[in-house]
Amino acid sequence: MIPASFDYVRVSSLDEALETLREQGEEAKVLAGGQSLLPLLRLRLAYPGTLVDLGRVEELRGVADRGDHVLIGAMTTHYDVVASPVVREHCPLVALATATVADPAVRHRGTFGGSLAHADPAGDLPAVALALDMEFVVRSAAGERVIPAADFFLDYLETALAPGEILTGVRVPKLGPGWGFHYEKFHRTAQAWAIVGVAAAVRRSGGVVEEARVALTNMGPTPVRATAVEQAVRGAEPGGNGGAAGGALRAAAERADEDTDPPADLHARPDYRRHLARVLTHRALLAAAG
Amino acid sequence: MPRISVTVDGIRYDEEVEPRLLLVHFLRDRLGKTGTPIGCDTSNCGACTVLLDGRSAKSCSVLAVQADGCDIVTIEGLAAGESWHPMQKAFHEEHALQCGYCTPGMIMAAIDLLHDDPDPSEEDIREGLEGNLCRCTGYCTIVRAVRRAAREMSQEQEGAAAS
Ligand SMILES: Cc1cc2nc3c(=O)[nH]c(=O)nc-3n(C[C@H](O)[C@H](O)[C@H](O)COP(=O)(O)OP(=O)(O)OC[C@H]3O[C@@H](n4cnc5c(N)ncnc54)[C@H](O)[C@@H]3O)c2cc1C
Ligand code: FES
Ligand code: FES
Repeated sequence: MIPASFDYVRVSSLDEALETLREQGEEAKVLAGGQSLLPLLRLRLAYPGTLVDLGRVEELRGVADRGDHVLIGAMTTHYDVVASPVVREHCPLVALATATVADPAVRHRGTFGGSLAHADPAGDLPAVALALDMEFVVRSAAGERVIPAADFFLDYLETALAPGEILTGVRVPKLGPGWGFHYEKFHRTAQAWAIVGVAAAVRRSGGVVEEARVALTNMGPTPVRATAVEQAVRGAEPGGNGGAAGGALRAAAERADEDTDPPADLHARPDYRRHLARVLTHRALLAAAG
Repeated sequence: MPRISVTVDGIRYDEEVEPRLLLVHFLRDRLGKTGTPIGCDTSNCGACTVLLDGRSAKSCSVLAVQADGCDIVTIEGLAAGESWHPMQKAFHEEHALQCGYCTPGMIMAAIDLLHDDPDPSEEDIREGLEGNLCRCTGYCTIVRAVRRAAREMSQEQEGAAAS
């Protein structure tokens, strides 16, 4: 379908973008890579009055090593995130998950910030943001504020961003040595969106799991942290004596669907998603602890 | 109405466009470049893939205004006169199409894939083309065509380097 009419403003700086949003009011929406917004416009599921195009705002693009964290600019494309040596070295989980987002053509245009601001429960990056305790740097005409990932995702396609606010970048804490990572995703061959996904980070010391972070994609209207798994897996010995070791990770993974509210859609029923969450969490833990 | 200036298949166009005009409609309806088809309403099929500043993009998911100042190559811009691009030849020779609807997008995505990886494995090709759906061939001949084009393009390059 052809989208309904809207006005279009292309800005060249963050300040100009904020000013334009302030002038245009609630009817305005920012356009990042357009890979979620344009499909919505084409299906006439969104009717913005004005699109403020951030595509040429260079200051929002790129990856910077900031010592204890990595700052990923909101307008950095998925392609550039995956290609970034800084991301690969210091935030491998981000690179692993982003490489599974959509397909190459979509990754050339879709952005890191757009994926998080859109907050699709089937999107892969929100769970990674939650697992890694990322911090969202947000600007408005009133100034800057920083929102922890745990407070960012409020509901289905709903975030803590207020009208007039722009996500400028995301701080990804460096976890330091000893951590292993994995993103395990189950999807249809012709549809990259996750039916369920699991982001896992595991720190081992002397063969024992000391700490784990696990978050789930598409097990509710927002990404969910699997805190029961994180607690249960502590002290497990994944490399230990065969069956018992595998058993400890499996037993922890059995708790993956606790406190989740998985959706029913044409891809899966809630009980099937619960089953997937347990199986995929086991796989993710094995790979991250491996 | 915004004015845009774009280069499409080597020719520059200055046009007024409505903001809501999709790049694929601009190419097809305004410029008459119907070589780029539209296969879906959900940005899934990849039939509309073009190269936008050298990288693959789904032209149904880009506004024409966003392409202002960009260089666009469509399937119609690949051949040099009567001589086909090696990827076009390989698709022909390996019978990598039946109805041909997905073919323009497949070929553009495959060219983009070789840009990053001139010698992809079968697995790399299947992954690299995951955004392009074919409902006819079963993909095996498409994978073979991309392998063949990769070989021929690297030989061409070696030939060019040697001469
Ligand atoms: C065929 C297809 C398959 C896909 N598969 C996957 C997948 O497997 N996994 C996955 O995670 N995603 C997938 N996606 C979505 C893709 O990752 C998008 O790139 C992403 O969801 C949105 O990013 P964008 O830059 O395109 O944002 P846009 O579409 O431009 O914007 C999306 C929304 O976020 C808002 N927004 C964007 N940037 C900002 C900002 N800086 N500040 C405030 N608000 C902002 C916009 O106003 C809009 O409401 C797929 C998309 C397609 C078309
Ligand atoms: S027409 Fe299907 S992806 Fe563009
Ligand atoms: S040849 Fe018919 S869709 Fe691919």
